[in-house]
Amino acid sequence: MKIIYGLTGAFALSAVALAASAADELPACENCVDELTIVSWGGAYSNSQIEAYSKPYSALTGVEIINDESSNEAVPKLRAMNEANNVTWDVVDVVASDAIRLCDEGLAMEIDADEQLAAAPDGTPASEDFGDLLVSDCFIPQIVYSTTFGYRTDVEAWGDNTPEDVCAVFDTATFPGKRALEKRPINNMEWALICDGVAKDDVYDVLSTDEGVTQALDKLATIKDDVIWWSAGAETPQLLADGEAVIGSTYNGRLFSVIEEQKQPVAMLWDAQVFDLDGWIIPEGLSEERKNRALHYIKFATDTQRLADQSKYISYGPARKSSAPLVGQHAELGIDMAPHMPTDPANATNTFLYNYEWWADNRDDLDAKFQSWLAQ
Amino acid sequence: MSASTTASSNSSISGSADPLTKDGQPLKRSLARALRREKLRALFLIAPLLIFILISFVLPIGDMLFRSVENKIVEDTLPGTVRALASWDADSGELPDEAVFAALADDMMLAQEVKIHTRLGSRLNYDQPGISSVFRKSGRKIKALDNETAQAGFIAIDPAWDTPDAWTALRSMAAWPGKFAATAQSWKNWEAWYLSEEKEALDPTTTVPHGFTYAALYHDLASMPASDITALANSKNTTAVALFKQLAGKIDTIGNDDFKAQFADIDKGWADIDNWQAIQRLSPRIVDSYFLAAIDAERTSEGIEQKPDNERLYLKLFVRTIFMSLIITGSCILLGYPVAYLLANLSVRASNMVLILVLLPFWTSLLVRTSAWKVLLQQQGVINDLLVWAGVINEAGRLVMINNMTGTIIAMTHILLPFMILPLFSVMKTISPTYMRAAKSMGASDSLAFWRVYFPNTVPGIGAGSILVFILSIGYYITPELVGGTTGVFISNRIAYHISSSLNWGLAAALGSILLILVLALYWTYDRIVGIDNVKLG
Repeated sequence: MKIIYGLTGAFALSAVALAASAADELPACENCVDELTIVSWGGAYSNSQIEAYSKPYSALTGVEIINDESSNEAVPKLRAMNEANNVTWDVVDVVASDAIRLCDEGLAMEIDADEQLAAAPDGTPASEDFGDLLVSDCFIPQIVYSTTFGYRTDVEAWGDNTPEDVCAVFDTATFPGKRALEKRPINNMEWALICDGVAKDDVYDVLSTDEGVTQALDKLATIKDDVIWWSAGAETPQLLADGEAVIGSTYNGRLFSVIEEQKQPVAMLWDAQVFDLDGWIIPEGLSEERKNRALHYIKFATDTQRLADQSKYISYGPARKSSAPLVGQHAELGIDMAPHMPTDPANATNTFLYNYEWWADNRDDLDAKFQSWLAQ
Repeated sequence: MSASTTASSNSSISGSADPLTKDGQPLKRSLARALRREKLRALFLIAPLLIFILISFVLPIGDMLFRSVENKIVEDTLPGTVRALASWDADSGELPDEAVFAALADDMMLAQEVKIHTRLGSRLNYDQPGISSVFRKSGRKIKALDNETAQAGFIAIDPAWDTPDAWTALRSMAAWPGKFAATAQSWKNWEAWYLSEEKEALDPTTTVPHGFTYAALYHDLASMPASDITALANSKNTTAVALFKQLAGKIDTIGNDDFKAQFADIDKGWADIDNWQAIQRLSPRIVDSYFLAAIDAERTSEGIEQKPDNERLYLKLFVRTIFMSLIITGSCILLGYPVAYLLANLSVRASNMVLILVLLPFWTSLLVRTSAWKVLLQQQGVINDLLVWAGVINEAGRLVMINNMTGTIIAMTHILLPFMILPLFSVMKTISPTYMRAAKSMGASDSLAFWRVYFPNTVPGIGAGSILVFILSIGYYITPELVGGTTGVFISNRIAYHISSSLNWGLAAALGSILLILVLALYWTYDRIVGIDNVKLG
């Protein structure tokens, strides 16, 4: 599916006004093409990018932007394009673990953050402003999201109990009912170990051993009969809304829309939320002119103000430290977005740091074991 | 045809000359020519289709299936290491010797320059979990390796080693590259590295190689018997003679950088014998590791073995896929046969209406139909609600009909039903009603007439429908993914995962090849038992 828009009529005027402040800072792009193909996830997420980044950029530069919603199959498609020597995408939105994979495969271009990305308004270089979130040489972080739990607030069988921590998921005696968990080992294995008494810092050390894997799977086995396994992020909100599941994991933005936009009796359980990142990569193998345009766009779209603007449309936290104070209200609902950010101090009292390097190494192996366990 | 056989038999009996046509040509040749022209014309007519199928179907699929054994990435990325590693005894319990590490340093220097080392890391990681970060980390640190000890050693023996002339002389010797396998490979790496770094081809008359190439030369010389070096000193090339005369007996003084220790410092993975065994095992350009993985086996030091219980997956999924496809085919026959019968025996007007009802779901999006089943079948869904309301089951006893095998069978039977009904219908329509009347007029009861007369006539339709439904369902993956939960997924779900998520295309290709072979084998069995001529699609 592709949506093409250019510089037209009223929207262009308003966008120009909106982006007027940025105009002075945006240097012209030298030796660049006038067309840009951006690949993202579609839906509300793509919308937030179009509103916060692409429209102002088009208005300032007159570049025609083509939106392609193929991010969920970006990795195999990029590999196929690379093998066919015909890369048609300029900028691709992927999760961090995919960025690492693409970087390893030589399918994404390496980026020098300080050279090629905008510094913070106070002059802090980009590498410091993004900090630890630059998890790969090819990855330009954009948002922080988290995988966390939502639960129904009207379950009669629970009596007066409300889930307070993540281990409620494993407590089927106090909190009976179906759970929705993602059909992959990532996150589930970590939560299982944490709730089996493993200290947060030791999780990956334990998981590196065969005994640790068995321990995690055994813990998951205690609730296996009560789990509905999902593979698309939209499933959990639906299962919760239908009452088919009483507690389930998904991306925090999905839960935000179930709770705030659709007003379902669902609440967030931020405990042990697992931070993950989403951001841009530029494919390897672009012509010089296209590469320049892609870099020019990226520098604009990941500056402090643009990242803060995006959070008006979706409840994901901006990846720059300098953007956090600029987060405002939801563009349509008019509610403050800060309390809905996974990075908000009140929500982030107990978070779990996802180890990209470890999963890049062990994902295939653990996935085989996990799937084999599921099939038993 | 018969004319030519008669002609040949005539000639063989009488021994006379072949019969001739009017224009004096032998009849046999003229006939053959006419036939050949016919055949060529026929071939010419189907050529566009043939070429289309070849280009858009056979070649890509063949290319994809070939990936299940293809493995040139290891040798292409680490050519020197693979060569040096060939002589290492993997079961010795010892790490490969210094020459292998020197070759690795050299290969990695080039690989990180052209950024292909991580790609190799992720390939090896499929068979050796953890090795991908070893390559990723090493790529960053490889530039910092000490590599100039050997170079300094050579120059200390004879300053001429610091000149391009020495290398030109060495490379023009008769013993090059035969006796200098490691050095020759290293020189190639050096040329490629230079091209990538300096963006221009290397001029061997002005440059000497980097330290890694001197290290390779040292290891080549160190592995030669002393007599060989003396022999080299008798070359025709005077520069070379001078160089090797100096070297004789002094090889031991050259020294090396102990790459083995340096690599162990970069990442302890390089001191892990398992990793080296994996590299050696995966060195050949054609490997069976993907196929082994696809049947839950692996190659260990004791040969091919089944994987431990908790890692077996694919055989189970293959069996399940075939088993469930058979159930789905069976359900389609049970449900589709009466519908087809009804269609064939109603008036044209009414049967058209029913046909539309059969086809209507067929025209609806697959995802919509699958989601509709979710609404119907889930525990808080329509069917369960109705049953609870009617008092058939109580609130606690709500049936689990989705996210398991039942869900997949129900949803897929629904989706594939038209593929059974349509061939059955077209076969039933051709069965003349007089057959049944004749049977009954001869005293057969209704059921006897049906089973002895009508049913055997519909078998070709059942055959065609079953083949269609079975082959379609064996490769399905969207529906099982959505409604299959954990017990209702097919092997195709894993193929899709390896294509789109893990990027392990080799394993996906191996699984796909096995699936293709299974389908062909079943088709062959079917042909032997039922006979493919008995299948009618319409």
